[in-house]
Amino acid sequence: MSPKDAPKVELTLPIIPDMELAATKTAEVIAKHMNLGEEKTAEISMALIEATINAFEHSESDAGNVEIHFVIQADTLVIKVTDKGKGFDPSKVKIPNIEEKLGSDRKRGWGLKLIQELMDTVEFESTPEGTTVTMTKKK
Amino acid sequence: MSDFSLNVREEGDVVIIETAGYLNNVGGEKVSEACYEKMETGKKLFLINLENSKVVNSIGVSILIEIIEKLQDVDGKLGYYNLAPIVEKTFNIMGLTKYSTVYYSEAEGLQGMA
Repeated sequence: MSPKDAPKVELTLPIIPDMELAATKTAEVIAKHMNLGEEKTAEISMALIEATINAFEHSESDAGNVEIHFVIQADTLVIKVTDKGKGFDPSKVKIPNIEEKLGSDRKRGWGLKLIQELMDTVEFESTPEGTTVTMTKKK
Repeated sequence: MSDFSLNVREEGDVVIIETAGYLNNVGGEKVSEACYEKMETGKKLFLINLENSKVVNSIGVSILIEIIEKLQDVDGKLGYYNLAPIVEKTFNIMGLTKYSTVYYSEAEGLQGMA
């Protein structure tokens, strides 16, 4: 099956508290279809929670939506999370560590690190019109 | 919005907080409120049972870092037990396990806190 013909699932999520859990439910169904194990399914769900929360926070207004596309390839699940926020420069995001967080006023900011640790590949495309995070997990 | 609830009890000097539901910002704040309330009465040892919180996010977990920080000021300890594998992995990635302890049962936790 070529990537072009790969089955796709598309979600549009309104920016509502905890709506990221709707994305994880979809991911679980897809992971089951792909026969991914429990561990990989849980890692995908956790990464998706973080990517969706980031997208919610980057979006310009509560009226915006976040788009999530799942592409089911033969041996890989590709997930794209897109927001219409003002974009950011991933190279300027500092990798957090707990030693710095202890004693700092800002304890948050772990999303990208978690996504990178839990998924096989992560890429960012960001412009002033929005950001797409593309994550993959191999079978 | 997801439901989050907790139950707080004491076993000797140890405060046990049992959570149920999504540990996000709302859940994390509830846990921290419960800890800080008990810290005001002099408690310094806390165990969190996460058996019924199999889904977490980094914002909720960040609030646990805040609790660790406050407990460091009073030579207190924080531990957890009954973690789902992905929750334990998240705690490892975020470094919580350097400053707090994962146990595999309440009994082990109580022994570790002694």
